[in-house]
Amino acid sequence: MTLSGTYILRRVLIALPSLLGISVVLFTVLALAPGDPFGDIVSNPNIPAEVAANLRKKFGMDDPVMVRYFRWLLAMLQGDWGFSFASRIDVDTLILQRLPTTLLVVGSSQILALLIALPVGVYAATRPYSLFDQIANTLTFVGFSLPTFFTGLMLILVFSIQLDWLPFVYRADITSTGWHFYWDHLKQTIMPVTVLALFQAASWTRYVRSAALDVVKLDYVTTARSKGLKESVVVLKHVVRNAMIPVVTLVALQVPAIFGGAIVTEQIFRVPGIGSLLISAILANDTPVIMAVTFVFSCLVIFFNLLADILYAWLDPRIALS
Amino acid sequence: MNEKQIRGLIEDVRGGKLARRDFMVKLVSLGVTAPMAGHLLLNAGIAQAQTPSTYKPTKRGGGGALKVLWWQGATLLNPHFATGTKDQDGSRIFYEPLASWDKDGNLVANLAAEIPSATNGGLSKDGKSVIWKLKRGVTWHDGKPFTSADVVFNWEYASDPATSAVTIGSYKEMKVEAIDSHTVKITFNKVTPFWATPFVGVQGMLIPKHLFEAYKGAKSREAPNNLKPVGTGPYKFTDFTPGDMVRGAINTTYHQANKPFFDSIEMKGGGDAVSAARAVLQTGEYDFAWNLQVEDEILVKLEAGGKGKVVIIPSGDIEFIQCNFTDPAVEVDGERSSIKTKHPILTDPAVRQALSLLVDRASIQQFIYGRAGVGTADFINNPPRYRSTANKPEFNIDKAMGILEAAGWKKGGDGVREKGGKKLKLLYQTSVNQPRQKTQAIVKQACQKAGIDIELKAVTGAVFFSSDVANPDTYTKLYSDLQMFTTTMNAPDPEIFMNQYCSWEFATKANKWQGRNATRWSNPEYDKAFRAAEGELDPVKRAALFIKMNDMVVQDHAVIPVVSRPRARGANLKLRYSESGWDSDFWALQDWYREA
Repeated sequence: MTLSGTYILRRVLIALPSLLGISVVLFTVLALAPGDPFGDIVSNPNIPAEVAANLRKKFGMDDPVMVRYFRWLLAMLQGDWGFSFASRIDVDTLILQRLPTTLLVVGSSQILALLIALPVGVYAATRPYSLFDQIANTLTFVGFSLPTFFTGLMLILVFSIQLDWLPFVYRADITSTGWHFYWDHLKQTIMPVTVLALFQAASWTRYVRSAALDVVKLDYVTTARSKGLKESVVVLKHVVRNAMIPVVTLVALQVPAIFGGAIVTEQIFRVPGIGSLLISAILANDTPVIMAVTFVFSCLVIFFNLLADILYAWLDPRIALS
Repeated sequence: MNEKQIRGLIEDVRGGKLARRDFMVKLVSLGVTAPMAGHLLLNAGIAQAQTPSTYKPTKRGGGGALKVLWWQGATLLNPHFATGTKDQDGSRIFYEPLASWDKDGNLVANLAAEIPSATNGGLSKDGKSVIWKLKRGVTWHDGKPFTSADVVFNWEYASDPATSAVTIGSYKEMKVEAIDSHTVKITFNKVTPFWATPFVGVQGMLIPKHLFEAYKGAKSREAPNNLKPVGTGPYKFTDFTPGDMVRGAINTTYHQANKPFFDSIEMKGGGDAVSAARAVLQTGEYDFAWNLQVEDEILVKLEAGGKGKVVIIPSGDIEFIQCNFTDPAVEVDGERSSIKTKHPILTDPAVRQALSLLVDRASIQQFIYGRAGVGTADFINNPPRYRSTANKPEFNIDKAMGILEAAGWKKGGDGVREKGGKKLKLLYQTSVNQPRQKTQAIVKQACQKAGIDIELKAVTGAVFFSSDVANPDTYTKLYSDLQMFTTTMNAPDPEIFMNQYCSWEFATKANKWQGRNATRWSNPEYDKAFRAAEGELDPVKRAALFIKMNDMVVQDHAVIPVVSRPRARGANLKLRYSESGWDSDFWALQDWYREA
């Protein structure tokens, strides 16, 4: 393994200008986009025009885009994420309020997806074109062809309306205590998690299957079998281990999405996550919130890209990073 | 109706010949808001009918949780910063004004001991001052007493421009002083016939002096209690996640006996209107849902679920078409639709009259809006039972063709009418919104038959309703011939509503298109009447002036009303509450209860 400190340093240094570039593009696009956070105030005849003018001055919105950008950048470097126009509180407070729910719902859906994709994918690869493989293939096709808003509504229709088993309005702060607390949480989390997990599992299953299929055909697997090793040892120790290399990077790249939330699914089930915060901020033209969420998201993408590269080298020593 | 007739009616009410309610109906149908009509009686010294209480529970609490859904969640909880109804409603759970508006436009006391009137000495003869007596024994949620100092403070807080309160409009140009610990006097800078603006309704919620005193002016945004309200309302603050959830717990020291019924309240935000309707009407997961802007067909299906019903609340909002009186095709000094130009087609009254005959309101109501849009020919849009019978909506293609023919608009070879070489072609714009696009199509079809060529345009709402000076597609610019949208009548007094036809309100480049008169219709008579109404001390004369103004606009077809837009709410079948189109949905939250 030739993973060196200088390599990581170089990658980090490359990442910095791209982050700056991203922030410039984001800021400019938001500045140019139509809409006005104080549009409601301006168009309301009961509110004098001075109020909006005053607010704009207070929030520094009358300055040129360049000035605003550098002010934002300077604040961001000092860890100040900005101040929401709509809620009049710090953006980081808003995001931190939403983070636990997002991590819980999106995070557990990713884990569930992995728990489905790994065994199904590997099993299908060891028996290619068997009945199991064919069924799994068909289901994965169906799975990632159906958009989440469709499966979400389907589940609501069946489990909330027809059967009346599960609630379809998610409440982050459940008042019940003891066992009921966990039970209520579980009940309301089932549907959004299932929707997200099925979608993700479908594409991951196909990926795992093809990665495992590539390995199954290799000579060393044949050798292992001819040594008389048990099938389970062959699959787990020889096939899976090597097939997992590309899968691990794929999953690593997916991690930022956990923080980004799931806009559509969160909207359907009223999950108060980052995704729904982003969409309501966009609708309210709450630029500081949009900027913070998208920028933090970009940072995470870049960071996990770097992490994936490093993981790759670590898992497969043949790959030299220099 | 003129001044004399109104006076006659008031005397009839006094003498018992005319029911109070009928008086209101008569005036409202003539373009006077219900609260204003109520004012006429109050000023004439006729006490208001006390609405009999329908509250049945005999003890406080024990009702469990009240769960309500607002598909746009509250984003802040300081009533002086509340821009949308979502924020006003969220704040109203905890804060109360001195008085609120019920659905008939009567004032109902909250923190006031009584409603000021001429008989109890609350209203001065010169129309320049009001004395409010405060209810005694009211405490804030933290136990501190509520006194006149709090009321005076709210005026100081909101009227300070540095605070940037959105309620400033209700508190400037007046002085508020405490006479004693429970009496305040408001002195207006000028004669103010409609005095119930400060401290009343959604603009009037009161915040405690002792918690906000240090955060008046420029520091207003730093107040920790902006997010942790401490009010006098029936529920105490528990917690708040902006855009998602507002929670409150019962206020066991609430100033009205045996109230409230529920032990806690949860106002959940986010999602969409359809699923909100479903959660109340079909599954009963929630007790109440705000603003069900959903096609009526869907609502009817969901109601079949049997858990809840749709409540239609008459409001002042109206969907209407504006005619451009200036020429959008000509640019003068870098500005289209300049007031220096005249529209080549729409300045012809025959064309406007024909257009109004070509709007098939019955079909628009039946196939598009259902209960949430009632076809109307009146600009002042009111509860159906109050609607004037004078102006009947009419859809008559033949009559429209006759009018156009008589005015010299003859059909050309392509079926489009023309006069003096000008083709009868109009551009009709609105915002992107499914019902609006369907309405556009219905109007276009009828116009085509009558020989008017209509080109349709839909602008995304974020642009159409913005105040972006650089964008040509905003509604105040009106760079098209016709446009359609909903205008809302939020204030209980029609003055601000009616200024959108004054000539000094023209939206022009000079005022960055912030003027409210986008049609650029004007009439010196109207301007005169408006100025007169502004300074008119006698409320009766003032009402007569507003009625006159309303007639001028409607009868000249400056605008073509399409449907009035009552507000739709969803409520559990067992939930008992009172709605009001003139105040927050929570104006009487203390009275909400669930029938066993």
